[in-house]
Amino acid sequence: MSDAVISASGRTPVRMEVNGVAETVYVEPRWLLSDVLRHQLGLTGTHVGCEQGVCGVCTVLLDGVLVRSCLLFAVQVDGHRVTTIEGVTPDEGLSPIQASFQRHHGLQCGFCTPAMVLTAEALLRTHPNPSEADIRDAFSGNICRCTGYQFIVDAIRGCSEEER
Amino acid sequence: MATVLGQRLRRKEDPRLITGKGQYTDDVQLPGLVYASILRSPHAHARILRVDASLAREMDGVLAVYTGEDLEGKLGTIPTAWLPPDSDIRTVPHSALAVHRVRYVGDGVALVVASSRSIAEDALDVISVDYEVLPGTADQEIAMKPDAAQLHEDAPGNVAFHWQVGHAPDDVFAHAEVTVRQRIRQQRLIPNPMEPRSAVAQYNESTGDMTIWATSQNPHIHRFLLSGILGIPEHKVRIVAIDVGGGFGAKIACYPDEALVAFAARELGRPVKWTESRREHFLVTTHGRDHIEDIELAGNRDGTLVGIRVKVLANMGAYLSTAAPGVPTILFALILPGPYTIPYAAADVYGVFTNSTPTDAYRGAGRPEATYLLERMVDLFAREIGMDPVEVRRKNLIPRHQFPYHNAMGLEYDSGNYHLALDKALEMAGYEEFRREQSRLREEGKLVGIGCTTYVEICGLGPSQVAGAVGFQGGLWESSQVRVHPTGKVTVFTGSSPHGQGEETTFAQIVADRLHIPMADVEIVHGDTDRISMGWGTYGSRSTPVGGSALAVATERVVEKAKKIAAHMLEIGESDVEFDEGRFHAKGAPGRSVSFQDVTLQAYLAWNLPAGVEPALEGRAFYDPVNFTYSFGTHLALVEVDKDTGEVELKRYIAVDDCGRVLNPLIAEGQVHGGIVQGVGQALYEGAIYDEDGQLMTGTFMDYAMPKARFFPTFETAFTETPSPHNPLGVKGIGETGTIASTPTVVNAVMDALQPFGVRDIPMPLTPERVWGAMQKGGMEA
Ligand code: FES
Ligand code: FES
Repeated sequence: MSDAVISASGRTPVRMEVNGVAETVYVEPRWLLSDVLRHQLGLTGTHVGCEQGVCGVCTVLLDGVLVRSCLLFAVQVDGHRVTTIEGVTPDEGLSPIQASFQRHHGLQCGFCTPAMVLTAEALLRTHPNPSEADIRDAFSGNICRCTGYQFIVDAIRGCSEEER
Repeated sequence: MATVLGQRLRRKEDPRLITGKGQYTDDVQLPGLVYASILRSPHAHARILRVDASLAREMDGVLAVYTGEDLEGKLGTIPTAWLPPDSDIRTVPHSALAVHRVRYVGDGVALVVASSRSIAEDALDVISVDYEVLPGTADQEIAMKPDAAQLHEDAPGNVAFHWQVGHAPDDVFAHAEVTVRQRIRQQRLIPNPMEPRSAVAQYNESTGDMTIWATSQNPHIHRFLLSGILGIPEHKVRIVAIDVGGGFGAKIACYPDEALVAFAARELGRPVKWTESRREHFLVTTHGRDHIEDIELAGNRDGTLVGIRVKVLANMGAYLSTAAPGVPTILFALILPGPYTIPYAAADVYGVFTNSTPTDAYRGAGRPEATYLLERMVDLFAREIGMDPVEVRRKNLIPRHQFPYHNAMGLEYDSGNYHLALDKALEMAGYEEFRREQSRLREEGKLVGIGCTTYVEICGLGPSQVAGAVGFQGGLWESSQVRVHPTGKVTVFTGSSPHGQGEETTFAQIVADRLHIPMADVEIVHGDTDRISMGWGTYGSRSTPVGGSALAVATERVVEKAKKIAAHMLEIGESDVEFDEGRFHAKGAPGRSVSFQDVTLQAYLAWNLPAGVEPALEGRAFYDPVNFTYSFGTHLALVEVDKDTGEVELKRYIAVDDCGRVLNPLIAEGQVHGGIVQGVGQALYEGAIYDEDGQLMTGTFMDYAMPKARFFPTFETAFTETPSPHNPLGVKGIGETGTIASTPTVVNAVMDALQPFGVRDIPMPLTPERVWGAMQKGGMEA
């Protein structure tokens, strides 16, 4: 938690490590992490779909754990490590999970996709060989209106240890 | 070179989207950007007595506040662009912000522009509005009662239009051996693409140019309509929609919000952004469906269907949205006889104003409503005569040799092989075996059911002459421009406006196939009215059949011109040139050839072109289809109902669709999957509910159940390919088939499972509570 005092401008400094880079941003205490990532840091790969914690499209990793960036104030992540889609994308080409999403057509409009990729990262880290049911459960907090989910499931199975 | 058409190619658009580098409207950042927020009516129907925005105007950071009265004379009204003929339609005025009266919860009352979104939202809280609440209703049947409150002076009885079509006289029903009657409620649905609607407007005072980035399925239609509303000449308006996060019909309409943002940008000389919250999406972005239907289906005991007629009360909401009147009329009623040889069909449709969010196209738009009622009625009819529902369908499906077939409403179905798709689906399901298994399971006390739908849909909208005849206030052709650069690389400009459908890939396949060049050499440009001459956009499963065909024709024109130049280079007659493997050969002398790249370079250098041939190499086409295309298929579902909880489990789902020639099976399957899930959403989970006062009770994702991954099994899909005879690619549409077929398929399956209880119908969505309740009421017959 931030113990910094609020400055005269009403902004408070937040120090966080974003995708491996130390950042200091000056934020209003009420600003959401999702907005700060998108509009202060220009990381527009994090999307916003409900700002209510239900749709999952704003998902990022906080110290390696899945969180909804619309449910956190930016000041809450002072001193923490945030990973967004930009942080899991290699300098060249695609990560294995990203490549699998393309191979299996796990996206259509792409709006839910960055969150899906991060959710898949987190799932595969703890369950290297998830069953179809495990995958469908793990994605119960991520809504996709386009794909019907099947090719997302295939994409994740396609990069599980067994199939790799 | 092996053709790239028909291959499971991965999508060209994916890398940018998977890495979070897509460019959605809310991602746009501009120097000096300010933010708009809209105060919305909390009442379904009320008179506005007074709006006091003085406190808001004084707030630090607030640049301006506008009310409905402030806009009068400065901003035009929001138009309706589909006026079904012979319908006495009342196109009531719809102001961008309400003046004197609000007509639904969400109706805009004031616009605030501030230096940040949070300040703009704070300012909404200090605008005080005095309302005199009026009686009202969100229900179309109540709105039509004589004592109902009137929404619009010009629409007595709250009737927006009354429209009739077809012919199904009483004696058809009197002479039929069996007539089944049923009232069906097509519940209201909320589209909910994951990307909320958004607009960013920038006005350049010195040039008079207005640029609007917007979440649009049809930027040129938005340019046309917004130019009129704003009073800015069309050539001074640019609409940009690069990446759009799903639409499903909700991003077709011209809404007040985009006009307000543009208005404010011009007034203030600052770029303005507005992005709807999800709450606003639920309240103000158009909804879909919402019909009350009274249906009669007549037939004989041998299973033949002889007539269908329906009376529909279609809820239009508080105003007539852009394409709304065409949805429960043209797009619904003309396909009412479906894939069957039903000789008589008629529809009697009332469009009704209510105090609710305006409705408009939602994935399938009219065709899911028609298919649902028909397929439910066929099942009720089968039950009535004691015949297997699949056999009733088989008996009435239009036989293959009858195509082109004129249905009872006068549509000409272009091609079909309906029995083939049916047989294939039955085989995939193991239908016979399943029926035996079902009786065995029933004896064990399990409630399992199988549901079937055979459907046909109108897609590939459509010939412009027909569009005009049915009152659509636009054309439905498509534009395409294929620009070959001097190095042989190609840029394609298309009037289609994909937002998830994958046309950057399928369209590149069409060009790469015809020019024999690598996919990587083709770039598809869409969604920008300054780069693309004209376009009618993406909806009605029209992009591939119409936009794709335009592209095929334009590419052929490139090849024709290139052949002329090649012939000149080879010093032979044009008819002696063959184009193969990326080279132009002299017929019979394959050694004499020039490459496509040699020819394109010569076309641009223009040092030695044949007489009468202009420099450069481009093909253009403005393609107007001669007919719609008619996709069809058979879907089957297997469900199990939990006797104790009423919960429905979808155990298997089989879809056999025929969209003509399949250009990319991977993408086509994706379209089918997404459609199935949306259609099952309607069958089992989704539904907008208004209370008696017109308050939306399902206004968040916590209250409105969206389909999730764990609700579904792995789908079993397949295609049959019956080409459309009238377009150069032989293609039909695939974007909506899943939504059209899956809703009745799953409901039929649940009703089949509940047969032992004598349950005839349950209104959608079939929630555990409703299913359980129906079982309690029905009582076990067996
Ligand atoms: S935007 Fe955060 S969960 Fe929907
Ligand atoms: S791909 Fe569009 S919401 Fe998932």
